[in-house]
Amino acid sequence: MSTIYILWLRELKRYSRSRVQMIASLGQPVLYLLALGFGFGPVFARAGNGSYLQFMAPGVVGMSILFMCVFSGISILWDRQFGFLKETLVAPVPRMQIMLGRTLGSATVATFQGILVFIICLAAGLRPHNWMLALPQAFVFMAMVAITFAALGTAFGSVIKDMQGFPIVMNFMVMPMFFLSGALYPLSHLPSVLTVITRLDPLTYGIDGLRGSLTGVWHFSFALDVAVMAFIAAAFLSLGAYFFSKIQI
Amino acid sequence: MIRVENLVKTFGDFTAVRGISFDVQQGEIFAFLGPNGAGKTTTIKMLTTLLKPTSGTIELDGLDPMQKQKEARQRFGIVFQDPSLDNEQTAYENMELHGVLYHVPRKVRAERIENLLKLFELWERRDDYVKQFSGGMKRRLEIARGFLHTPKILFLDEPTLGLDPQSRNQLWTHVKRLNETENTTVFLTTHYMDEADRVAHRIAIVDHGQLIAQGTSAELQERTNSDSLEGAFLALTGDSIRDESASSADNMRQVARMWRR
Repeated sequence: MSTIYILWLRELKRYSRSRVQMIASLGQPVLYLLALGFGFGPVFARAGNGSYLQFMAPGVVGMSILFMCVFSGISILWDRQFGFLKETLVAPVPRMQIMLGRTLGSATVATFQGILVFIICLAAGLRPHNWMLALPQAFVFMAMVAITFAALGTAFGSVIKDMQGFPIVMNFMVMPMFFLSGALYPLSHLPSVLTVITRLDPLTYGIDGLRGSLTGVWHFSFALDVAVMAFIAAAFLSLGAYFFSKIQI
Repeated sequence: MIRVENLVKTFGDFTAVRGISFDVQQGEIFAFLGPNGAGKTTTIKMLTTLLKPTSGTIELDGLDPMQKQKEARQRFGIVFQDPSLDNEQTAYENMELHGVLYHVPRKVRAERIENLLKLFELWERRDDYVKQFSGGMKRRLEIARGFLHTPKILFLDEPTLGLDPQSRNQLWTHVKRLNETENTTVFLTTHYMDEADRVAHRIAIVDHGQLIAQGTSAELQERTNSDSLEGAFLALTGDSIRDESASSADNMRQVARMWRR
């Protein structure tokens, strides 16, 4: 337990100590929110779908959590480069605990980042349909998205050997996962190929859960989103633990 | 304390270590010398559970590190060739984290961290980030950290690489003192013959993955009719430069690793 705690704490310290990074990583969601949210707003409203900002704000929250998780996962690469990873890997503790500490640490940080973006969304005009219900539900989904993708980030960070692999992960895994998740457009009336792909995207269920919780409009349902996310979280945690246990120095 | 018999490690069709055997007694300082690519680091990696030997046996304090990995790890400390500190945390936090990972009880932990940081003259800088430290300070902190969990064996893989003579001198003084007061067995590798001569009780010389001589510095000099350890080392290993063959071996290892994936 103390191993998990001390490595969890390390992630939190790293986050809270780099204010610059904290602010920098708020830049992208704010840009999406302002440029797309207000830019597409009129078209979206004319198509009879209501407020686009209301629609895409949960997507932006999900995006900021996803990116934060992947960046934290990639920090395994830095630790490998600067040697700290070795210090943890020769310690007399199971690798599983090291992996859990790191992963839960980045999930905590990412959830916090998600809450910050959520507050910015509120300032920009997002209005939850029912505060008492929306906040706890949305928190559950933020935490689940965070754990799921922090585990995936750990898996990436364990498999990639150097920084050159990073753009591949971003362009072929993370960006597609974001753009095909329904964060930016509704999932109904899509071409059938796209419908299939969006349903295979794990982030889809997280975004739908967040949007449902906050706006009361679900594409699937609360129960289905929770069940699917819990399943994927478990799968990715096992995957992350497996790849982490295979790291050779 | 350390017993190695017929240790072999191959990477693909490249043999890095071919049948090394030696014994290190408790409380001894044992130096492992050899040209680049001789197999020193590979041997240390096998001794410290980071690599699995192809064949041969290792005993650390009576334990097989592959069978009882956790127990073995608890018994040794290691300072790697390249730094392994967390730059984004303070010196104290680095020590604290190590103490937790090695199950040092809280009270003992605080006390030992204070003693060791004072001994290595880092106590005043305990709340500074490691990224602000000089190379010598980082090395000192790493060695202090290696002693934190009172290991029975301390492995030092070229600990003085890139340090100025003052830092090197000071570092070995501390290591010697802890070797005497805590009876810690020390296993070290270095390229500086004068250091090995000064610090080590016994010296082993490896080349091409084989152990070609071992004994005290005086014994090695006598055997080779030389008047310094450096002379003995050159007489035993020849004076050709190994960098090229070492790096091509490294390349081969890398290629081998790529194809196996």
